[in-house]
Amino acid sequence: MSRVHDMGGRFGEGPVVPDADDVVFYTDWHARALAVTLAAGSLGKWNIDVSRHARESLSPKDYMAFSYYEKWMGGLADMLVHRGVLTREEMADQTVTQISDLADKKLTADQVAVVLARGGPATRDSDVAPVFSVGDAVMTRRIAENVLVAGGHTRLPKYAAGARGRILRYHGTHILPDSNAHGLGEAPEPLYAVIVPASELWQHPEHPRDEVVLDLWQSYLEPL
Amino acid sequence: MPHDHHDHDHPHALLPPAPALRVRALETILTQKGLVDPAALDVIIDTYENKIGPRNGAHVVAKAWSDPAFIDALRADADAALLELGYYGRQGEHMVVVENTTDTHNIVVCTLCSCYPWPLLGIPPGWYKSDAYRARVVREPRAVLADFGVTLPADSSVRVWDSTAEVRYLVIPMRPEGTEGWSEAALMDLVTRDSMIGTGLAKVPA
Repeated sequence: MSRVHDMGGRFGEGPVVPDADDVVFYTDWHARALAVTLAAGSLGKWNIDVSRHARESLSPKDYMAFSYYEKWMGGLADMLVHRGVLTREEMADQTVTQISDLADKKLTADQVAVVLARGGPATRDSDVAPVFSVGDAVMTRRIAENVLVAGGHTRLPKYAAGARGRILRYHGTHILPDSNAHGLGEAPEPLYAVIVPASELWQHPEHPRDEVVLDLWQSYLEPL
Repeated sequence: MPHDHHDHDHPHALLPPAPALRVRALETILTQKGLVDPAALDVIIDTYENKIGPRNGAHVVAKAWSDPAFIDALRADADAALLELGYYGRQGEHMVVVENTTDTHNIVVCTLCSCYPWPLLGIPPGWYKSDAYRARVVREPRAVLADFGVTLPADSSVRVWDSTAEVRYLVIPMRPEGTEGWSEAALMDLVTRDSMIGTGLAKVPA
C-alpha cells in the first residue's frame, strides 16, 4: 500500500493556482519553518531520506490537513524526539533545563553561506555495476514498496509501478533512499532516468506521444 | 523483516497546533537547548529572499540561448558548466537541463515531495508544492498548463519529469522570436520562473 504523499495521478484535485513570480515566503512563519529545519539538519542526526520519510509518516489525516510547512514542522518535531535530540517533556513544556551535547554542532550565522554552497551530493562510488544501457527496455517494480523495510521509504511512485519504459539516461551511482532512510547504509547503486509513455500509466492520456520521465534506481527495474 | 516504527508515534502532537506558534515553540526550545542560532535562521531566510532565486536560472537560460558553446557544455555536463558560473549548492548538486522544442514541451514536478533546483530557482512557489499540481501534472499536463493560461500547439508532445531522486531539472524554454542579437541581460528579462519549470513560456518581446 502506498502512503498519502504518493499522489501522482490522483483524481479529484481542483485547479492549480499560479502565483506571482517574486513571492518567496507567504508569511513569516513559513520562512522560520524552512530555516529552523535547515539549521536542525546541520546537527547531523538525520539525512535527507530520513527527513522525507518523517514527513511521509505523518498520519494521513495530518498529512492532508497540514499545509506544506506544517508538514515540515510535524516531521521535524517527530525526528527531534525519535533521534533523542529533544525529550517529550521538553517538547510538551517548551522549557529545557540543560544545553544539549550536540550544541557544538549548532549552525552559526557565519557558517550558513558555506553550508548552503557546499550542498550534499548524493553520488557515491559503488560496487554495483550498471546492467542497463541507454535505450534498454525495462519494467519497474510491480509493487511500489520498500523491499527492505515494511512500510519504509521508497521513491518509486505508485502510478509508475509495473510500468514498461526505456532507459533515457544514466546518472551514475547514487545513495539508495530505501536503505539510507532506515539506518541501513547508503547502499549506492546505479540511477537512471527512465522514460515511460503516458499510455503505459493512464487509461486516458491527453496525447498519444506524451511521456513521463522518472529517476529510478537499478534495483527498482528489471529487463524486459 | 524490520518494520517502520514511526507509524504510530507522533510527538509533534505535543506542540501547540497553530502553525505560527508551533514554529516559534520549536525555534525557542532548540535555541534554549543550544542547537539553533536565531541569527543563522535570519541569514538563511535572507539568502533565499534576496540572493538565491530565479534570476540565477534566467541568467543560465539567457546564456544558453546566446552562447552555443555554453549550451553544448550544459548538455555534456551541466554541473561543470553551472559551476563555472558559480551556481552550485544545496538541492542543486546534480543538474540536468531539458530543452523545449517545437516538437516537445518539458515540465518538471516532484510528485512525492517538492524537489526543486534551489541554486537556480530558489525556494519553490506554493503551487509547485500543492497537492493539485503534484497529483495532476503527470496525468493531465495540458489541463494544468491551461490553469497557467498556456496552450501548446496540438501536435506538440509533453514530457513530464518527475524528480524522484537527487537529480534536479531545469527547463530551457524556447527563445522567443524577434530577439536576435539581444544582449544576455535583455534576454534574461524574458525568462520567468515558471518558464524554467515548464508551466510557462518565455515572455514575448512587446
